[in-house]
Amino acid sequence: MVEQPDATPGAAQSYGEGAIIARLQAGDAAAFAELVRGQGPRMLAVARRLLRSDDDASDAVQEAFISAFRAIGNFEGGAKLSTWLHRIVVNASLMRLRNRSRRPEVSIDELLPKFVEDGQHIDEPREWKSPEPLDALERRETRELVRRLIDKLPTDYRTVLLLRDIEGLDTKETAELLGVTPNAAKIRLHRARLALRTLLDPHMRERGAT
Amino acid sequence: MNCRECTDFLHDYLGGELPETQQRIFEGHLELCPPCVTYLESYRKTLALGKLVTDEPAEPLPEALVKAILAARAS
Repeated sequence: MVEQPDATPGAAQSYGEGAIIARLQAGDAAAFAELVRGQGPRMLAVARRLLRSDDDASDAVQEAFISAFRAIGNFEGGAKLSTWLHRIVVNASLMRLRNRSRRPEVSIDELLPKFVEDGQHIDEPREWKSPEPLDALERRETRELVRRLIDKLPTDYRTVLLLRDIEGLDTKETAELLGVTPNAAKIRLHRARLALRTLLDPHMRERGAT
Repeated sequence: MNCRECTDFLHDYLGGELPETQQRIFEGHLELCPPCVTYLESYRKTLALGKLVTDEPAEPLPEALVKAILAARAS
């Protein structure tokens, strides 16, 4: 069973969203199909990023929807429906991630910046070319590169980076989902960003080489 | 402050979370250390590049998965 985010009253719903929630709560089969087709693609993208496996991501999305269907009767509009579903699929994906065996991974220490004894950089950092503006093709290629490099991070670091910097969760929420203190989540995120910077460095230097 | 300590503060500096005194020390180091300015800029660009991933196009859900989800609800 996937843990549910709170569904408490608060934010006003748009008429369109209010209408589909009412239909879902009334058990309208067509509304469930609309919801799955409308929200499913974004949820699948989230699950794929976290799980790096199409099969696991499909299972997580299915679990998330089943969990959401069970809880829809209690949904009172405290959050947008899409935000509520996003949290549910993140939860479902993290549960699958915890339960599966880990692949051998590079140590985060190998990806962190290196310093000499007095604390100065061992290798002098090189200038990067600005990532903006990019045309559509460059944007796609760069996005695919960044995605591949994020996937090289050790799981704990990849996960925190995805939750905070890509999925847009705040530190408190991320810490709760990962079962760590907010300070530990912050430190882990910082290391993840440093490691991603290390992985990006040769690519961005090449782009900026003159 | 040395470069290692400066690197430790990047997250809080960019998040606007450094206490005033530490921020002054941090910025004082940057004034004297071009390599740390370069590193800070590349860290900032790393965050900007990460944001590109949020624009990933979402593909339609495979119809078999849609059917499986709706069948699970009905059962």
